[in-house]
Amino acid sequence: MATPTSNRPLSPHLQVYKFIPTMAMSIIHRITGVALYFGTVLLAAWLVSAAMGKEAFDCVSWFLGSWLGLLIMFGYTWALVHHLLGGLRHFVWDFGHGLGKEFTTKVAIALPYVSVGVTVVLWIIGLIAW
Amino acid sequence: MVEFTLPKNSKISKGKTWPKPDGGTNVREFKIYRWNPDDGKNPSIDTYYIDLDNCGPMVLDALLYIKDNIDPTLTLRRSCREGICGSCAMNIDGTNTLACTKGMDEISGEVKIYPLPHMPVVKDLVPDLNNFYAQHRSIEPWLQTVSPPPAKEWKQSHEDRVKLDGLYECILCACCSTSCPSYWWNGDRYLGPAVLLQAYRWLIDSRDEATGERLDDLEDPFRLYRCHTIMNCTQACPKGLNPAKAIAGIKKMLVERAV
Repeated sequence: MATPTSNRPLSPHLQVYKFIPTMAMSIIHRITGVALYFGTVLLAAWLVSAAMGKEAFDCVSWFLGSWLGLLIMFGYTWALVHHLLGGLRHFVWDFGHGLGKEFTTKVAIALPYVSVGVTVVLWIIGLIAW
Repeated sequence: MVEFTLPKNSKISKGKTWPKPDGGTNVREFKIYRWNPDDGKNPSIDTYYIDLDNCGPMVLDALLYIKDNIDPTLTLRRSCREGICGSCAMNIDGTNTLACTKGMDEISGEVKIYPLPHMPVVKDLVPDLNNFYAQHRSIEPWLQTVSPPPAKEWKQSHEDRVKLDGLYECILCACCSTSCPSYWWNGDRYLGPAVLLQAYRWLIDSRDEATGERLDDLEDPFRLYRCHTIMNCTQACPKGLNPAKAIAGIKKMLVERAV
């Protein structure tokens, strides 16, 4: 039997809530965290191939050195750097610091720029050394 | 449970557009969520137009103008009209806030008004807050002592009293809790920012003697630790409080107790 409350609709949430920087950083932190699982598979494949022998290692190295492999590795580097910076932010928060309303927004806006910057610098160093 | 889309009975359809006022020079458009439990239809968005020259400056003034002059069936909670009762909490321009303290000049373009997010709707802008109040009850928000009561009153130093600043001002409007995605997905088990801020308010009260029991109750993957520091609560609080910091304070107390 229908009760007076059973047909109540659920008010809209994601559909209407304004997407703010701290909210975006939170979900990006989670997405990069998931991406790191897949990145770690690449790293494991590279190490396993090295243990298997020259042919396997050359094969994986060839893929990672191709433009697609480099692109994936660039994404992996960014995910790692971004998640690391986000993790440091959480580390500071866990001490009860840096939780101000304006400060968290500023950090959330700055972090994507910093993570991309650090990634590019790491790659410039990496490509020079390569 | 994470569910990004709305259930079938909650999908929003196009509603009625009410006539524009005659000869208005300062006309503002309002899009307002409507749902009537008696007509068996889905929620809809009604469009209203108000000449702001005839209306007060706050969003609540506009809602009451509509109720008094255009559409008396529009349903909302309100009482104090000065940000102390928390009744008129709703989602305005994409953020939870109090209609009475939100100025229309703070919003650009049309003014969109929805009930507090991810809550069962009783009617129009009135959400069902029973679960929210039950959660507040569950943290036992009152002074608990085992010491014999003093002859006059429980005393507190000025320094200890100051620790309650930024916490005691909470009016339980539910703006923060219903802004929190974790509360949206796990509101049945996660206590949410407002209730956790209240919990912290009693944890750090120097007169309270149930700190250990209170921490025991909170130490739970859902009740406390669904907070992922998304910070929507702090961004939304119409009283300028910081529930995220209060929750961090609870987590810190639990760590300090363990080490």
